[in-house]
Amino acid sequence: MWHHIKSGLAMLTVFTILTGLVYPAVVTGLAQTFFPRQANGSMILHGGKPVGSRLIGQPFSNPKYFWGRLSATSPYPYNAANSGGSNLGPSNPALVAEVTARVHALRAADPANTAPVPVDLATSSGSGLDPDISPAAAYYQAARVARVRHLNIGRVRRLISRHITGRQFGILGEPRVNVLELNLALGALH
Amino acid sequence: MTGNAYLQIALYLGALLLLAEPLGRYMANVYEGRVAFLNRFAAPVENRLYRLCGVNPAEEMRWTQYALAMLIFNLFGVLAVYVLQRVQAHLPLNPQGFPAVSPDSSFNTAVSFATNTNWQGYSGETTMSYLTQMAGLTVQNFVSAASGMAVLVAMIRGFARQSATTLGNFWVDLTRSTLYILLPLSLVLALALVGQGVVQTFSAYKTVPLLQPVRYQTAKLDATGRPVTNPSGASLAKNVVRKDQLIAVGPAASQVAIKELGTNGGGFFNANSAHPFENPTPFSNFLEMLALALIPAALCHTFGHMVGDRRQGWAIFAAMAIMLVALLAPVEHFEQAGNPLLTRIGVDQTASALQSGGNMEGKEVRFGVVNSALWATVTTATSNGSVNSMHDSFTPLGGMVPMWEMQLGEVVFGGVGSGLYGMLAFAMIAVFVAGLMIGRTPEYLGKKIQSFEMKMAALVILIPPLVILVGTAIAVMTAAGKAGVANPGPHGFSEILYAFSSAAANNGSAFAGLSADTPFYNTAIGLAILFGRYWLMVPVLAIAGALVEKKKVPVSAGTLPTHTPLFVALLIGTVVIVGALAFFPVLALGPIAEFLKMVAVH
Repeated sequence: MWHHIKSGLAMLTVFTILTGLVYPAVVTGLAQTFFPRQANGSMILHGGKPVGSRLIGQPFSNPKYFWGRLSATSPYPYNAANSGGSNLGPSNPALVAEVTARVHALRAADPANTAPVPVDLATSSGSGLDPDISPAAAYYQAARVARVRHLNIGRVRRLISRHITGRQFGILGEPRVNVLELNLALGALH
Repeated sequence: MTGNAYLQIALYLGALLLLAEPLGRYMANVYEGRVAFLNRFAAPVENRLYRLCGVNPAEEMRWTQYALAMLIFNLFGVLAVYVLQRVQAHLPLNPQGFPAVSPDSSFNTAVSFATNTNWQGYSGETTMSYLTQMAGLTVQNFVSAASGMAVLVAMIRGFARQSATTLGNFWVDLTRSTLYILLPLSLVLALALVGQGVVQTFSAYKTVPLLQPVRYQTAKLDATGRPVTNPSGASLAKNVVRKDQLIAVGPAASQVAIKELGTNGGGFFNANSAHPFENPTPFSNFLEMLALALIPAALCHTFGHMVGDRRQGWAIFAAMAIMLVALLAPVEHFEQAGNPLLTRIGVDQTASALQSGGNMEGKEVRFGVVNSALWATVTTATSNGSVNSMHDSFTPLGGMVPMWEMQLGEVVFGGVGSGLYGMLAFAMIAVFVAGLMIGRTPEYLGKKIQSFEMKMAALVILIPPLVILVGTAIAVMTAAGKAGVANPGPHGFSEILYAFSSAAANNGSAFAGLSADTPFYNTAIGLAILFGRYWLMVPVLAIAGALVEKKKVPVSAGTLPTHTPLFVALLIGTVVIVGALAFFPVLALGPIAEFLKMVAVH
């Protein structure tokens, strides 16, 4: 019994140093050497200054921008220091109310568009920080953004198609559009 | 489902099939000390470590000694994680200045990580310092996985050895699992993940400007931090305009790698692998999904190699793989079919070249429905419990299957070590049932299965349902239990049932709407986790101790071969029948009732 206690304490100490300090430190060292951009949050730099992370979405509600997923983070949407989903169940009336509110907001900003709303544009992401929307959700908003910004709709649609990231290696995941990068590129169109 | 969906699933299962056998063989060689490269270069370091810890690696342990060493080591793990959380405010690597974690939450988290469960009542980026994440949680991710593997290896030796008394040395099995299996795989995976965009830094959280400032309301606080109220007692709100975004970072990749490989599942951030910094791309998602089933799948082959009959390993692997595919199909189907309530309000949920469609609430666009449903199935089949989408928002039946996978006892691959020793208990039940049918003494791998082993195997199979059902019953009968529920109706019941299923099965995933960071749930779930882990590990070691003393009986005409498709079917049948009998009534009250309600509205 006593020698198990001694060995147990010693083993835990050794593994704490090895897997809890040395291992994370080695990974950090290698990561900062070989992948410094990714290891530090994949920041988008404009003139050397970060203007956002390409992996972390930002909240948009102004009609002149493309809008992203709904975000359930607290106390404000896309709070990147407090990630999380809505956790609303499929039969919860609160879910239906939230989706309805988004559909109404989209329709109010663009009454001419009567197409059904792509589902990712009307629902909350799991992280509350989803940087992407589907190409369908981007094209759905093209007319509104073009009208508010007095741009040719063809130019806006071309901008969207240039920003579509396909499936990785042609197979994995889903095609998507990074909302922050698309909105930053919109600013550069003028 | 689209053609691409089938392709992604086939690619995943193919990769798992291909990698499991070689890794399983390597692990068998590690446990039997037959890897020449390691014996030459690593053994001196390993031996020095044993000397430092006062361990004699040649000393063999009986099952009671083995269990005692494991329990003592795990107890120290719980204490270390508890203390670390309570004093983190006074320790370095705490750039956000987080205070001590509350006692009940610290207890829950300590128990949860030391038992390989990684249920998380807390939210990582608002609670834990970098040091706590590394020196507390990451360490337990390694050693709790290694503990499970050690107990499994002891059980395998119970079958492989004969007329013996000892099962090996716990410290040696623990050390080799960590040094030669978990650590090298984690290092490689962590770097691959950083390459895809997982963060790995010790710096404080970063601030970036928002392209469009965000306006929101928050409670008005006075100088002491208490909400200001108007004369009638309602708290006042104030408008806030926020022009920048605070982005949580940290040493995430090193923890994410082992959280998947060790079937731990505890996220660095609250959103777990749905968070873009834990799982940034479809390829990182593929690697993490592969890692979370890899070792449990490979251990089937380790078993085959160590008992000297590789077909036995393949049979168990086949039973698990068949069940996985069968369970995956309904999840993919119901999630892709979407939510009928949303179609009626003008939402387009059909899959096309431009969108994944389906039930996207709580899911990420880069993964879509296919990878979210696949992950949910695999993470609950194994006892991993990390998530890349929010299971609470799954459709009623799409969410029921993951819940049932945990209730099956985490034997469809299951946890590292724990999945296979659970499945071997089911295999013993299966041969026992078959033996009754043909009127022979049941035997498995040449060992007679007698009354003592059967009693222990029955404990292994019956304790998880007991803990789940009693825990759920207590929670729904008490005010403190019902207070945590977030969603109304049957779904609220499902949240509680899911929580106790996850705890007793040592999974750790959640229907996360449940507010579980309360003294009631922290304590109740903490206890369910402890029962679900150690009330199984000790009987498993007792079985091993009884088996190791037996002689192997030669194969005769009356022996039921345990490597045939017939046995695979018998094994699957045993698992499914036990799981269905124990849980169908309670599932009818939750997800099935919710499904029928939704269909009726539709």
